[in-house]
Amino acid sequence: MDWGAIFGNAVVELISPTTAAYALAALGLAIHFGYTGLLNFGQAGFMLLGAYGYAIPALKLGWPVWACVLTSIVASVIFALILGIPTLRLRADYLAIVTIAAAEVLRLVFTTNTFQDVTGSANGLSEYQAGLLQFNPFPPGRYGFGPWIFDNRVWFFLVIAWIVVALAAVFTWLIMRSPWGRVVKGIREDEDAVRALGKNVYSYKMQSLILGGLFGTFAGILFVLPRAVVPSYFQPSLTFFVYAILLLGGAATILGPIVGSIVFWVLLSFFSGFVARAVEAGWLPFMTQVQAGQLRFILVGIAIMLIVVFMPQGILGNKKELAFVK
Amino acid sequence: MESTRTVPTHSAGRWLLFLGILLSALTLSGIAASPAMAEDGSTATPTASATPTEEPEYDFTIKGIVKNDGEPIEGVTISVEGNGFQADTETDAEGRWTIGVPEKATYKVTLDEDTLPKGVIVKEGGATRDAEFGQTKNVTVAFFLGEGVRVTVSFFDQLVQRIVSGLNFGLLLALAAIGLSLIFGTTGLSNFAHAELITFGALMVLTFGVTLDWPLWIAIITSLVLSAALGWSLDAVIWKPLRRKGVGLVQLMIVSIGLSLALRYTFQLFYGGSTEQLPGATLPSDIRFGAVALSWVDLVSMGVSILVLLAVAFFLLRTRIGKATRAVSDNSSLAAASGIDVDRVIRIVWVVGSVLAGLSGILWAYFRPGVSWDMGFQILLLVFAAVTLGGLGTAFGALVGSLIVGLFVELSTLWLPSDMKYVGALVILILVLLFRPQGILGRRERIG
Repeated sequence: MDWGAIFGNAVVELISPTTAAYALAALGLAIHFGYTGLLNFGQAGFMLLGAYGYAIPALKLGWPVWACVLTSIVASVIFALILGIPTLRLRADYLAIVTIAAAEVLRLVFTTNTFQDVTGSANGLSEYQAGLLQFNPFPPGRYGFGPWIFDNRVWFFLVIAWIVVALAAVFTWLIMRSPWGRVVKGIREDEDAVRALGKNVYSYKMQSLILGGLFGTFAGILFVLPRAVVPSYFQPSLTFFVYAILLLGGAATILGPIVGSIVFWVLLSFFSGFVARAVEAGWLPFMTQVQAGQLRFILVGIAIMLIVVFMPQGILGNKKELAFVK
Repeated sequence: MESTRTVPTHSAGRWLLFLGILLSALTLSGIAASPAMAEDGSTATPTASATPTEEPEYDFTIKGIVKNDGEPIEGVTISVEGNGFQADTETDAEGRWTIGVPEKATYKVTLDEDTLPKGVIVKEGGATRDAEFGQTKNVTVAFFLGEGVRVTVSFFDQLVQRIVSGLNFGLLLALAAIGLSLIFGTTGLSNFAHAELITFGALMVLTFGVTLDWPLWIAIITSLVLSAALGWSLDAVIWKPLRRKGVGLVQLMIVSIGLSLALRYTFQLFYGGSTEQLPGATLPSDIRFGAVALSWVDLVSMGVSILVLLAVAFFLLRTRIGKATRAVSDNSSLAAASGIDVDRVIRIVWVVGSVLAGLSGILWAYFRPGVSWDMGFQILLLVFAAVTLGGLGTAFGALVGSLIVGLFVELSTLWLPSDMKYVGALVILILVLLFRPQGILGRRERIG
C-alpha cells in the first residue's frame, strides 16, 4: 500500500481550486441558511449559471473576462428574483422544493440537445479560459513544493480562487456585523418580531438570496475554470455536498464553510484513495474499483445525517447560535 | 396576518418578468440557430483533441444510413431513447445520421415514419429498433425501407394517445405522492428519501422476479411486503427516535436528504449503474381502442393504480384508523389529547406510504421502461411538484396534482423536445406557487 501517494493526494486537496470553489459556494449557503434561515437547495443552479454565464460569452461571443463575469452576475440575480418572488413569503420548505426544482430545470435546459450549439448539451464546453489566461503572471512550467506541484495554469486559478474566497469571507464578516446583518439574523430567529420592528422582511430575504446566490455563481466560475464545464456537474447532489460542507464547518460562521470544505475534501480524498488502494491490494475482495468510488457518496450521506442530529453547530459553530429554524 | 400577504398584487409586473425571461431564452435559441456559432462550437468540444473522429461530441455513438432502393433520404428524424437519455437528429444529404450517447447501454432507436417521403415505410423489423453496444464505441442500426402505405397518425390521435399515457403516468405518480403527502401531513417531514422507497420496490421485483426467477406475482407481493418492512424500520430506527429527541423539521428534512444520498448509492453499490428490464416490460402495444394503442401491462398498471387509490380513499374516509390519520394530520396534539396513539398512526402511515411508493416504483419500472438505481430520484421532483400543486399534506390534492403533472409531462412532448419533458411540470410548479401557493385543494393556513 502506497501510503505516501494516498496522503499526498489528500493533502493536495488542502489548497486545490475545487476546495476553494466549494468553500465559496458553502459561504453563499451560510448567508442563505446559516444567517437568514433560507433553505436554498438550488445552489447547484446558481453555480451552473456562473459556469455557463462565464463560458458561453467567452467561447461563443469572444467577450472579455469582465463582461463574462458580468453576464454570470446578471443571470444569477435574475434567477434569484424568479426563485424568491413566489416563495420567500411562504414557509421554508416551499423555497427548498422550488429551488431544487428550478436548479433541475436549468440543468435539463443546459443538457437538452435542442440548444447544443450554445450549451454543448451533455458534453458541455471547454477551452473558454483563454481570455483570463492572458493575464497569467506565472511563467510556463510545472513547479511547487512537497505534494503541491501544479502547472502555471492551475497555480493561476488557485491563486484567483483563494483570493476571491478571502474577499468573500471578509465581506461576509463585515456585512454580518453591520445593521443589515443583524436584521437578517433577526429574521432567522423570529421573522414576526423583525416585522414588528418595521423592517421589510421580504426585501431583506430577497437581498440575502441574491447575495448568497452571487457567491454560488462566483463559486461556479471558479469551479469550472480548471476544467471543462458539463451540465452533469450540477446535479442536486452537488448542492447536498455543499450542504454537507456547510453543516460540517458550522452553518452560521464565516470560517466554517472554508474549514468545512478543506476538511471535507481532504478526508474524502484520503478515504477514496485508501479504499481504492485497499481494493487494489485485495483487502476488500467483495468490492470492485467502481464500487469503491460509490462508497464515498454513501459516506457523505451518512455524515450529513449524523452531523445534523448530533453536531448541528458544526466544527466552528456556537451551540447557542444553532442555525435551525424550529 | 400572514395569509393575506400571499395574494399576488403585482401579477402584471411578474408576468412581464416571465416574458422577459422567455424572450432571453428565445434569444439563446436564436444564437443556436446561427451557423457561425455552430462552427465555433464544434471546434471547442472537450474530447476534440483526444478522439479525432468526425463527431467528437460523445464517447459512444449510434449511427446508420437511411436509404430507399439505394437512394439516400435526407431529413428523416431519428430519435434515441433509453437509460434515462433522449436525443434526436436528422439524416444528412447522404442519408447518414449519428447520435452520440453518454454510456454503453441498450437504447431504443426510432425512425419517425412521418418524415419519410410519401409512399415509403419501414418494411421489416419496425420503426423502433434496439441498439446494443458490443466491444466497440460505435453501433450501427439499419432500417429496412420499402414501398408501402403508411398509417399516418393525426395530431388528434397523438393527443388522445398522450392523454391516456399521461393518465397512466399521473396515476403511478399519485401512488407515490399520496404516501409522501400523508407522511408530510402527519409528521411535517418533507421526505426526500421517498425516491429511494420508489426505487426499492422496483429493485426488489428485479431481484426476486429476474435474478431469482420467481413467478412475477410472487415477486411483486414479496417486494411490497419488503417495502412495508422498510417503511416500518425507517420509522422505528430513524424517524421515531428523532421525533422523540425533538429534532426540528428543517433538520429532519436534511436528515432525509442524507438518507436519500446514502440509500441511493447503496443501491448503486449492489445493483450497478445499468438499466435492467422487468419481465414483460417490452411487450408490444397491440391492444387498440380507436386511436390509442396500449400493451396489457399499461392496462393492468392503470387498473391497479385506480383500485389501490380507491382503497386508500376508503381507508382514509371510512376506517377508524383512516379517520385517526386525518385527525393527526389536522392537529396532532389535539389528536393525542383525544386518545389517538399518534406514534402508532405515524407508524401505519410510514408503512402504507412505503408500500404505495414501492408499488409506484414497480409501475414506473414498466412505464419508463427499465429498473435502475436512480429511477426514483428521476421522478422525485415530479412527485414533489404533484404534492405541492395539490396542496402539501392533503391526500386528495396529491391525486389531483399527480394527474395534472402526469398529463402535462406527456402532453408537453407534443411541442417540447422529449429530453425536456420534465421541465414543463417543474415550471408549472413555480407558476402555481406564484398564484395559488396553498395548492389546488390546500387550505390557506398551511402555508404561513
